[in-house]
Amino acid sequence: MSLAPYVPILGLFALAAGFALFSVAAAPFVGPRRFNKAKLDAYECGIEPTPQPVGGGRFPVKFYLTAMLFIVFDIEIIFLYPWAVNFGMLGVFGFVEMVLFIVTVFVAFAYVWRRGGLDWD
Amino acid sequence: MILAENLDQFGKDPWWLVLAKVVVIFAFLVVMTLFAIWYERKVVARMQVRPGPNRNGPFGLLQSLADGLKLAFKEDIMPRLADKVVFFFAPVISTICAFTAFSVIPFGPTVSIFGTHSPLQLTDIPVAVLLVLACSSMGIYGVVLGGWASGSTYPLLGGLRSSAQMISYEVAMGLSIVSVFLVSGTMSTSQIVEGQAGNGTVNIGGWHADLPAWYGILLIPSFLIYFTAAVGETNRAPFDLPEAESELVGGFHTEYSSLKFALFFLAEYVNMVTVSGLCTTLFLGGWRAPWPISLWDGANQGWWPVLWFTIKVLLLLFVFVWLRGTLPRLRYDQFMRFGWKVLIPANLIWILSLAGILLTINSDSLSGPGKFGVSVAIIVAALALGFVAIAMSRRNVTVVEIPKAHPGGRVGGSKGFPLPPMNLEVPPSPRAKLVIAEREPVSTGKEKA
Repeated sequence: MSLAPYVPILGLFALAAGFALFSVAAAPFVGPRRFNKAKLDAYECGIEPTPQPVGGGRFPVKFYLTAMLFIVFDIEIIFLYPWAVNFGMLGVFGFVEMVLFIVTVFVAFAYVWRRGGLDWD
Repeated sequence: MILAENLDQFGKDPWWLVLAKVVVIFAFLVVMTLFAIWYERKVVARMQVRPGPNRNGPFGLLQSLADGLKLAFKEDIMPRLADKVVFFFAPVISTICAFTAFSVIPFGPTVSIFGTHSPLQLTDIPVAVLLVLACSSMGIYGVVLGGWASGSTYPLLGGLRSSAQMISYEVAMGLSIVSVFLVSGTMSTSQIVEGQAGNGTVNIGGWHADLPAWYGILLIPSFLIYFTAAVGETNRAPFDLPEAESELVGGFHTEYSSLKFALFFLAEYVNMVTVSGLCTTLFLGGWRAPWPISLWDGANQGWWPVLWFTIKVLLLLFVFVWLRGTLPRLRYDQFMRFGWKVLIPANLIWILSLAGILLTINSDSLSGPGKFGVSVAIIVAALALGFVAIAMSRRNVTVVEIPKAHPGGRVGGSKGFPLPPMNLEVPPSPRAKLVIAEREPVSTGKEKA
């Protein structure tokens, strides 16, 4: 197994990176430059912009919960993929193991569900 | 295992061919984006009985090119409170991830390009589908960093919403693909397309049926879940909550202008093309010709497959636009509930029952009717489990007694000023004496009983 098939991905990566960086870097020079204070302020439909909170401010804990749940399920998916690819070889043993694994994660999922972790307001 | 040798043909292209493929794929994606924007505006316009863009070029085809050029010559604003470095790199991250994901999507079989035999695919690796998922995950960084770095309220909220939405639907998307791996036994895109060649014969208890071996037909639940999740993942209507202009102005890219904004827009449309391309590859037979055309022997050879692939992608893009033209936007809590409480559990149950059915079909100890019986039992058990889950979740719902709305009336006796009802129902006209006479006297809380 050589790494040769991975190299062309870097080619597309490099071309996309070059294009994006060029565009972003060129934009200030191509366009007009007529700044004023109102333009540089945060856009809030014309009213005085809300003062920015110190230290980035706070946002609802729901987003944090969603991110944690995402990690749990993403890891579950990562375990599912190799199992699915080799399903033919693993047979009944692999199936039983995977049922146990999914049920284990499902218990945590049911707990979060019952405690309202999946409800938004 | 015979298929594993096919992967050896990748990574052997001469450098000029790799370069040519990279440039062609890049050009394909940019042209598809320009076309898709025009296509979307035109189709939505037709659905709303108006002509749509028709000024620039034939049928208005050059409209999106003109828009792109216009954006390049617009003022590039860096907000005063923005985090300069992150604000600068966020659109770059989005664009790079969107383009890189397309490097493993197969366009066609092996052809001869200037005497070199090479597959019509930039490259393929044993974990190709993982690469696409990884790129779409990394693309979220562009969105959330762009929203955060703007130093403004609406982009911050839009960025948070986008990231929560995209990671939620990525779980559903990742789970829906598992069943394809189960059936095909590989994660490489070219081999998945290979696995959908020819006709699959379905044998259910002595009844035979020939179906195209597309995983979209064999695994309909996965296909539907994948497409739903793909719409959520690409932030398209009816799941376009991050850009809900009535709530969040422009969402995470409110503060972006000029080419930085254009890059976000480009990334969004390239992502749409990518998820459509992946959907075609995984579920719709990839570049293989659909049924009536596949009767022709030359349909799956040479350069023709590029045409079939493009047509399939355009049809999926049409469905994206169709959804946008038909459905109103969901509310955020409904949307998250749908992702976590419907798509993910349904996906897990479906994967386990599919694995059970596959085990039954491949087992040596069971006879034909026995296999059929066990498969039906598994499906019934899965459906029963689903219904139990629905019933369990229903029990959670507490019915809130809505207090009876104040019927309205007059404050300060019959000569007082009118009081609107709490439910904002239009009260009967005061001129309709008959109606007032029939109504009960209203208590406003100010008069003594």
